[in-house]
Amino acid sequence: MSKRKLKESNAESAECISQVQKILRERFCHHCAAGKLFGMEQQYRHLLELLRRTTVHGESNSALIIGPRGSGKSALLNHVLKDLREMKQVRENLLEVHLNGNCQLFLKNPFLSGLLQTNDRVALKEITRQLQLENVVGDKVFGSFAENLAFLLEALRKGTRSSSCPILFVLDEFDLFVHHKNQTLLYNLFDISQSAQTPVTVIGLTCRQDILELLEKRVKSRFSHRQIYLMNSFDFKQYIKIFKKQLSLPAEFPDETFAQKWNNNVQHLSEDKAVQDVLQKLFHHTKDLRSLHLLLMLAVSAVTVQHPLLSAADLQEASRQHSADAKANIVHGLSVLEICLIIAMKHLNEVYDGEPFNFQMVYNEFQKFIQRKAHSMYNFEKPVVMKAFEHLLQLELVQPLERPSARAQREFLLLKLLLDSRQIMDALQLYPNCPTDVKQWAASSLSWL
Amino acid sequence: MNTRQQSKLVYSWYGKPLASDRKLRTSQYKGIIIASQSSKTETCIQLGDFILVEGVNADQPYVAQLMDLYEDGAQHKRAVVQWFCRLEEIPQNKRKLLKREISSQEVFFDQVLGYDTDIAAETIIKSIMVLPLHLGEELPIITLNKEQTFYVKLSWDGKCFKVLSPDTFSKLKDANKKRGVITNSSKAFIPSDILTPVKKEKESVVQSTTETKNGDMEIESKHSSSKSSLAKERHSQRVANNDIKTPTARKKLELNSPTRCKGRLLGSEVLGLLDDDCDDVAALEPSATKRKVKFTNETLGSPPKIPCSNDKSKSTSETAEHPQKFSDTIRLSPYTKIKDFSEKDKKLHEKDDILSLVGCQSLTPRSRRTCAQKTSALIAEQISMLDLEDLSDSDSSYCSSSEEEDDDDDDVPCTPEKKTKSSRISSTPKSSRKSADHTPAKTLKKTPVRGTPRTPRNATPEIPRRIQAAQEPASVLEEARLRLHVSAVPDSLPCREEEFQDIYNFVESKLIDGTGGCMYISGVPGTGKTATVHEVVRCLQQAAENDELPPFQFVEINGMKLTDPHQAYVQILEFLTGQKVTATHAAVLLAKLFSTPGPKRKTTVLVVDELDLLWTRKQNVMYNLFDWPTQKHSKLIILAIANTMDLPERIMMNRVASRLGLTRMSFQPYTYKQLQQIISSRLKGVKAFEEDAVQLVSRKVAALSGDARRCLDICRRATEICEFSRQKKTPEIVRMAHVTEAIDEMFSSPYVSAIRNASLHEQIFLKAILAEFRRAGVEEATVQQIYHHHIALCRMEGLQSPTVSEIMAICSRLGACRLLLVEASSKYIHMRVRLNLSQDDVMYALREE
Repeated sequence: MSKRKLKESNAESAECISQVQKILRERFCHHCAAGKLFGMEQQYRHLLELLRRTTVHGESNSALIIGPRGSGKSALLNHVLKDLREMKQVRENLLEVHLNGNCQLFLKNPFLSGLLQTNDRVALKEITRQLQLENVVGDKVFGSFAENLAFLLEALRKGTRSSSCPILFVLDEFDLFVHHKNQTLLYNLFDISQSAQTPVTVIGLTCRQDILELLEKRVKSRFSHRQIYLMNSFDFKQYIKIFKKQLSLPAEFPDETFAQKWNNNVQHLSEDKAVQDVLQKLFHHTKDLRSLHLLLMLAVSAVTVQHPLLSAADLQEASRQHSADAKANIVHGLSVLEICLIIAMKHLNEVYDGEPFNFQMVYNEFQKFIQRKAHSMYNFEKPVVMKAFEHLLQLELVQPLERPSARAQREFLLLKLLLDSRQIMDALQLYPNCPTDVKQWAASSLSWL
Repeated sequence: MNTRQQSKLVYSWYGKPLASDRKLRTSQYKGIIIASQSSKTETCIQLGDFILVEGVNADQPYVAQLMDLYEDGAQHKRAVVQWFCRLEEIPQNKRKLLKREISSQEVFFDQVLGYDTDIAAETIIKSIMVLPLHLGEELPIITLNKEQTFYVKLSWDGKCFKVLSPDTFSKLKDANKKRGVITNSSKAFIPSDILTPVKKEKESVVQSTTETKNGDMEIESKHSSSKSSLAKERHSQRVANNDIKTPTARKKLELNSPTRCKGRLLGSEVLGLLDDDCDDVAALEPSATKRKVKFTNETLGSPPKIPCSNDKSKSTSETAEHPQKFSDTIRLSPYTKIKDFSEKDKKLHEKDDILSLVGCQSLTPRSRRTCAQKTSALIAEQISMLDLEDLSDSDSSYCSSSEEEDDDDDDVPCTPEKKTKSSRISSTPKSSRKSADHTPAKTLKKTPVRGTPRTPRNATPEIPRRIQAAQEPASVLEEARLRLHVSAVPDSLPCREEEFQDIYNFVESKLIDGTGGCMYISGVPGTGKTATVHEVVRCLQQAAENDELPPFQFVEINGMKLTDPHQAYVQILEFLTGQKVTATHAAVLLAKLFSTPGPKRKTTVLVVDELDLLWTRKQNVMYNLFDWPTQKHSKLIILAIANTMDLPERIMMNRVASRLGLTRMSFQPYTYKQLQQIISSRLKGVKAFEEDAVQLVSRKVAALSGDARRCLDICRRATEICEFSRQKKTPEIVRMAHVTEAIDEMFSSPYVSAIRNASLHEQIFLKAILAEFRRAGVEEATVQQIYHHHIALCRMEGLQSPTVSEIMAICSRLGACRLLLVEASSKYIHMRVRLNLSQDDVMYALREE
């Protein structure tokens, strides 16, 4: 009886857990879609006002949204566009009924991404396609680049402020458009936005702070110098709040009692010292919300039926994984011989002050160690050592200075070690079953004397 | 058959000089003879005759009346003409003044001043008819010589249309009458006074031959598909001479035009040639001439095909005296002639019977060839089949004929339908459209199916209209913002009066002189160069409309709006003539346009914006642009705009810079007073700004760049800030604080705030960089070195030291923001790092906290 009950509750909670996983993973992966905006109310108002004026008054504008990666540039823009559409609908429902539902047509917004539109030619085609102009003239409009440009300019020139549908150009990865030849596209877009043609608003998204210096002087003069900076300017208290908001379940979660429990737990977690330490560490490293999402994602993955609520330990474990050193992890999987070679390289680096070395030098160093000191190490043949060395090369723990050519002998190829001595020492501490003499040798290159 | 030789035309005076002026060394003549060397036709044009004159566009020759002919001191043959305007030459916006449909044959008595009436005689193409009519009169329907007869009802003086004055009317009428007399009497192309007494006895013979000639010519003209086939012919010849295939020639690749059979022979020319041969015969042998005369009489009435082929077979048998000559003709003519006939046939006798065609086929000498016989049999079969299928209209006759010709070419028996299609498709869309006038709709339906989809040349793209009317500004601030937008065109441009006057005077003087010239305008962005030039052009256009200046064409190109410097040619040509061709063709056409004297051509004002982008390695685009105005007849005024003052010295070759000349003007950046004036002139009547606020903006911008655009943008932003910050419903004007905020927003360096908002470890990393720089004394360090400093700093601050992976992440984040300049990340800890801003800035940003 009680067993069956337990099973039922198990099934129920399993349902809940999968729901929780689904909701939270969606939130962490599509950060811009559902996520709320944090600490950018002013920028939001500025952008919303800008776009509202474009749609309502037909005023041409240009603006850049600048901020480091993950600071919510696209999220801000998406939010504004969403709200703008809703606002339109509300207003139109109030004023004129027959325009209802046409708001999609009202505002065209070609989204151009610098990673997809690699040159002006492709970008122009994309603009024409997104403005749905190509069906005006059949598919032969794309005769040549020149014709295409003339066509589009002609189309935009014909419009006037009061009669044409305003167009919003969103240039994602704006800095990549700057590298197009002559910046023709940017010049023309900005030129249209500064002349009495079809109302156009150009919004560029970029993470480069020096973007204005990249613009050609004529292009720069035509740009209105409106820059909206997103800086992640929140402090740690707000960071904790964001953490709580991101982790708590929404009110419309089906199982209310579970949601209640989960949210209470989140509240507790946010007050927990250990959790705060974890978050503080992350906050000190980066204010980027994406890395917070990554951390939470790792933690949430630990939630199971047996372990339905997040604990501080989960977060600590996630933090450990999150901040683990990638190269040191590789070192953990090496054989003792390979470790020895790395130690030999470390000593060479110390002796020659970071000058490049070759295999022969490493082998000599290793031989010295074997002959003088090592008791536990077997004296390997040179080809075996060479093989181990090549393995290190493949793992990119060492890097050749120049490309290996057919003529140069592999033993004398100049190389550099891609590990810092600190990293090596830290990795050795954690290396399981490391022979003591190897550890001693690692600590001091003179220990064999 | 060499087409090039055919094309040579020789102009010679008719008769002796009427009067000569010793002083000017000019002598006047009463007529001119145009002789085509190869076809040996000669036409005589006399004073008072109506003529076609070569125009800019090959298929639109100008219509004129010949008023005077003289030879000037340099022995150039000149002509003075009275122009007539075609409808196409009248500006689009004036055409509606007529309030009625204008037939393409109606021309207008031209009273526009400023057109050059003195032209080179070599540009005369041929004589035509121009009949004066009263206003109410319907155009008489004349089937004969349709292409060569024009009507005039009104005169055009560049502003409005007027009824012909009775004086002019009678003059024109007289000219026609006279012409009628002249044409009757002057058919002999050898004037009687030149004839030697010995030849006199033969005169009657000669007369008759010339009559033949004229008869033939009439046929010729009747057959020519469009009114200006001769002009086109010339054009194509010229093209052939220059060894270039101009697009105009290509455009005219229509079925009946001469160019299409350029490779073979022109239809009318074949006829002419044949006749020439006959003429030669005639000149030598009176009996042959008689026969010939008879023949032409026949030709006049009936379709030319049958008699001609008859004639040929006859001539081969009868005129044995000149076997060589005739065999020659036969050898040359078979393909072309038949083709020529078939096409004419199609055109003239649309309802022609197939049977007659088949019949005629069997008559042609060519049909003696067995393969040809086979084909003709095959064709007959096909035709009968077609007949059954009720396709026996004119078009199928055309099909069969063209098929026949194709078959003869390659001796492959094919079904007519297929062949037709392919041959039709090979023609350009334009020609097929044109031929639609002549052929029944059936073929038209068939043709487009297999043709390549046409590029709609004149498709007019348009951005969809907005559904809801744009809101008009409601408040004072909104009104101010609208006026401050760069796109808002002010009534006048303040602070650029001097520059305006200079440019205006330059262009005006050139316009009045009818010469060409260049002007180079430089200045930093946002100093009103383009705006001033546009203003000048607007004023000039106004003046031209008010008749104070000769009319001109305005063309503008922008280097930034071209994908390639050579596209400049394409755009200019498209503006001038509406043709769309490739860049190389456009260059050739433009060079021709600007180097040949175009009598009625208006002056062109060409504005070249962003000149520096027209730079190519060989600089041929710039060279050409600046070379054209230096040519005598170009009538081209170029206003070149660029940013750098010393552009000619810096990037141009000497020969280009020299052609650009020394007429230069530079726009100085606006001073703060000028900027202030600009803003206040825009804000006239709107009280939105404090006086001091405007001054602050002007001073700030003037100190930085003097860019008027920047100034306006700041003001606009200031109104927004003002709107945000204002308290409920109280009308607010823009004050100093708002302007300061706007200026800070636009000009403040983003780096400092970016560093201040960076995370703790990012800041420590920057400190570590500074420490490493100071240690090494070099402004470059590897990540490894910085890492050691970073760890040391962390220990001092009592922080947990980050791993190398975390350091790398920090480094790449700062690199993405371009606070740092970093190498490719494959080097890992050996990656070198530099600061993208000065160390002082970093210190300042880090210390403040």
